[in-house]
This record gives sequence, structure tokens and C-alpha cells, in this order.
Amino acid sequence: MLILTCPYCGVDADETELTPGGEAHLTRHGPGSSDDDFHDYLFARDNPRGVHFERWRHTYGCGKWFHAARSTDTLEVFGTYPAQTTEPPKDICDKISGERPGWSWRIFG
Amino acid sequence: MKRYSAFAIAREALRHHSGWERAWASPEPKRKYDVIIVGAGGHGLATAYYLGKNFGITNVAVLEKGWLGGGNTGRNTTIIRSNYLQDASAAIYEKSRSLYEDLSQDLNYNVMFSPRGVMMLAQTHHEVRGYQRTAHANALQGVATEYIGPERVKELCPIICIDGPRYPVLGALWQPRGGTARHDAVAWGYARACSAMGMDIIQKCEVTGVRSEGGKVRGVETSKGPIECDKLGVVVAGHSGVLAEMAGFRLPIESVALQALVSEPIKPCMDVVVMANTVHGYMSQSDKGEMVIGGGADGYNNYTQRGSFHHIEETVRALIETFPMISRLKMLRQWGGIVDMTGDRSPILSKTPLEGCFINCGWGTGGFKAIPGSGWGMAQLMATGASPLTAEFSLDRFKEGRFIDESVAAGVAH
Repeated sequence: MLILTCPYCGVDADETELTPGGEAHLTRHGPGSSDDDFHDYLFARDNPRGVHFERWRHTYGCGKWFHAARSTDTLEVFGTYPAQTTEPPKDICDKISGERPGWSWRIFG
Repeated sequence: MKRYSAFAIAREALRHHSGWERAWASPEPKRKYDVIIVGAGGHGLATAYYLGKNFGITNVAVLEKGWLGGGNTGRNTTIIRSNYLQDASAAIYEKSRSLYEDLSQDLNYNVMFSPRGVMMLAQTHHEVRGYQRTAHANALQGVATEYIGPERVKELCPIICIDGPRYPVLGALWQPRGGTARHDAVAWGYARACSAMGMDIIQKCEVTGVRSEGGKVRGVETSKGPIECDKLGVVVAGHSGVLAEMAGFRLPIESVALQALVSEPIKPCMDVVVMANTVHGYMSQSDKGEMVIGGGADGYNNYTQRGSFHHIEETVRALIETFPMISRLKMLRQWGGIVDMTGDRSPILSKTPLEGCFINCGWGTGGFKAIPGSGWGMAQLMATGASPLTAEFSLDRFKEGRFIDESVAAGVAH
């Protein structure tokens, strides 16, 4: 069972307590944006086999949204962090780079 | 290729079975092919088969990272049905179901198609209305389904509990010519027929890169060296995003794990397929007597072919409520596969931003039933550049807002 630590309330929550919310750090494109940008915001996903940053909600706990860095090919959890950010925090990126040299975030920018 | 027949069995019986041939050849790759299909699962092999059969294109290689039919083709619950709501889906799934009817004869390989009937239970008033609507839509689409009441459900499947405390059975959408087939045999049958046409099926050959020149595909890099091609078909289900990344584009797809399980074999007790979408579970009985059970997919991205235990628990809990007699049944084994989910729960059969590269993916939790129809349409798309079966399923439908919303028909299982 997947266990994530909620960065707000500090609880080690197992996945039945959580709701997955898909890829994190998407740039929001709304009215006035180009069709391509709007399409990418709504539908296009990196869906990597490897490091993935994603949104989770501590639904049956504090109820807050947070972010998790996880690997989709080993199910390893690199860490969780609050959602008030537009990119992964440096300490988590450094940890991932230490384990997976040559790794980079956002192949498609 | 020597044909399988009653006569062949008699002949081999008389000579100690020394004359059976290997079902397909395992050659080393050539330098160049007209068409390369990545992925030797059901959809990939069916695409290759209909390229050869319908369009005479036989200079084809089918590349497979693992072993033939070892992905979702060998991991599904083998349900075949075509009771979808939207016209585009009904067309491709019904084409597929009708091809299954005589697939064994066509391939000269017994795929054990068993049109035993598929029943989708309505257990809420919302579902009653939804399935009545689907039955009306199917009547217009020429798909034979009917909406039946709870007494008929009980008659067709006596082991079902229709007056459960929480979700009594209020009716069902019944497709008498839906059913099951042996999933491995579908892949093996297509592989044997492709090999007989002179196509190369190359297993343990992982594609590691896509070569292009001036926006046009030139070939692939593989673990067995580079191979050139004029056209490339990517038919890799859960790993579509990985291949798309190699080809330089993104897909509206996320890959998640879906699990299934089978029980110990028991005496025949159920001769239809039952799907209960409200409570999240579906079940049928295999010819060996095992109860074949599937449920909901996980909600998070995953490539490990392992799912979360609590989903199995939910599925089994729901099915025990629906079929109380299975409560003491032991489960034999459980497994997972990686399914490629699109936003509208419909597949993508399309050209891609890379010229000459075509993609067939997004079948999500329900690709097995679609194998022949998907191969038929994909072959036409790759050979001629367009197919009436696949036109609606193009990659640009998301940008243009032409969704083929099948989240109701797909339900849990699909």
C-alpha cells in the first residue's frame, strides 16, 4: 500500500485516506489563451515511466491538497511538499538527482 | 503453414505428433521494412494481420519488448461486448464483435469465442435510465441489445442476488451475442497467421528510440540495432506515453494499474458475463471453472503492473453482495496490467504530428474486445491514410472538443 506523509498535518497516510489528483505543476491556461495551450493544459500529460510529480488530497484527514514526488516504475516516494509552489523544491530534486543521475524534470517544458 | 483440422489431428496421432510445426517463426530483424508495428499484443498483431489480408502489405515487422501477448492481451478478463452509447464506439466495437464471430475460421486457430451473453446490471435509478437510453441507441446503431427486468436477470443468472439490501438489481442491459474468448489464443492465432504471410514477429526486441528526418519517420532504434521503415505503427497500450516521448510528442493519456483475479475452479454455475458497475465488479466463469473477476483501476500513475490491495478488497466485497454463494470461494491468483486512460474513456487511432507514424492507444480498461475491429481500422488507416472506423478517434478530437464520451458505457470495466 502506498503511504504518503501529509506535509500539513504530518500524518503518514495510506492511500485509502488519500485521493489522487493527477500531474502537478501544470501551467493554467484560461480564456484568451491559444487552442494549443488550452488543450495541453486540459489534456496533454507527461505520463513518464519514472519520476512523477503529482497532486494528492488528504481527503479523510486534514482535507488539504499537497504534492508528492514519486516514481511510477518502482513506486518509491521521494518526498511530499505543500502545494503553494509552481515547481518541485530543490531538496527533493537534489535527492532524485542523487539517486538517478541525468534525471531531468519536464521533458516537454 | 500447415492447416489445423480434424484430419491433421488424426494424421499426427498416427505418427506420434512428430509433424506439428512451430506456430510462428522467430527471425532476426531485416535492415528495412515497409511497415513496423511496435507491440506484439492483440491490437498490434491484428493491425499487421489486416495490413496483409486486406491491403497486401506483408513486408511488415512486429517488434515486441517482452513476449508475444504478454501485456494486457494476456491480463484482461476476456469480455467481448459492443453495447456502447456513442455511434463511433458502437461502430468499431460492433465491427470487432462481429469479426470475433468467425475469427477462429478466419485464422484457422481456435480462439474459443463463446457468445454466452453479457449482462450489465442496473442497480440505481440513474443506471436504469442510462441503460434504457443505451438500449435505444443500440437499436438505432444496429447493435442487438435489450433492456431486461430483474426476473429475467435471475432467470439468466440464478446465482445472482437481485434483492440485496443496499443495491437491489433493478434491471440490466443484455447483449445476447456478447461473451468471452480465450485471450492468449487471439494473440497466438493472429501471430501464426501473420507469420504465415511472411511477416517477421521479433520478440525480446525493445524499441529505444524513433528516428525521424524532416518531420518524417525513418525507423526505430532497438535493442537489436536500428531498423528502417516507411511507416510506423505504435500499438503499445500502457507504454504509449513512453513511445510518444521518443517520437517527440505528448499524448492525452495517463497510465494506471488495473487488476484482475481468478478463483479456484468450481463446477459450472454461471453461463453469462455479469458486470455490476455501481458496486464496482464484474465476473464470469472460465471454461476451466475459475470465476474470473475484475474491478476498478487505481487512480494514480503507475508502470509496475502491480495494483493496490484495497481495490481487490472493494471488488470482492461488492461481488459477494451480488453473488452471496461465492463468499467461501478461495482466490487462486491475482495480477495487474498497465492501462492507458484518455479523458473521454475512448481510444485514439490516429495519425500523429510525426509524418508516417500512427498511434493506436487509449483503450484503457477495455481493449480486448476491440482487438479485431481496432486492427481492421488501424490497418486501413495506415495503408490508405483514412478509415471510416477510426476517423472519429483522431488525436485532434481533444483540441476540437469532439469527445466520444463513454464514461457511462465504460463504467468500471470496459
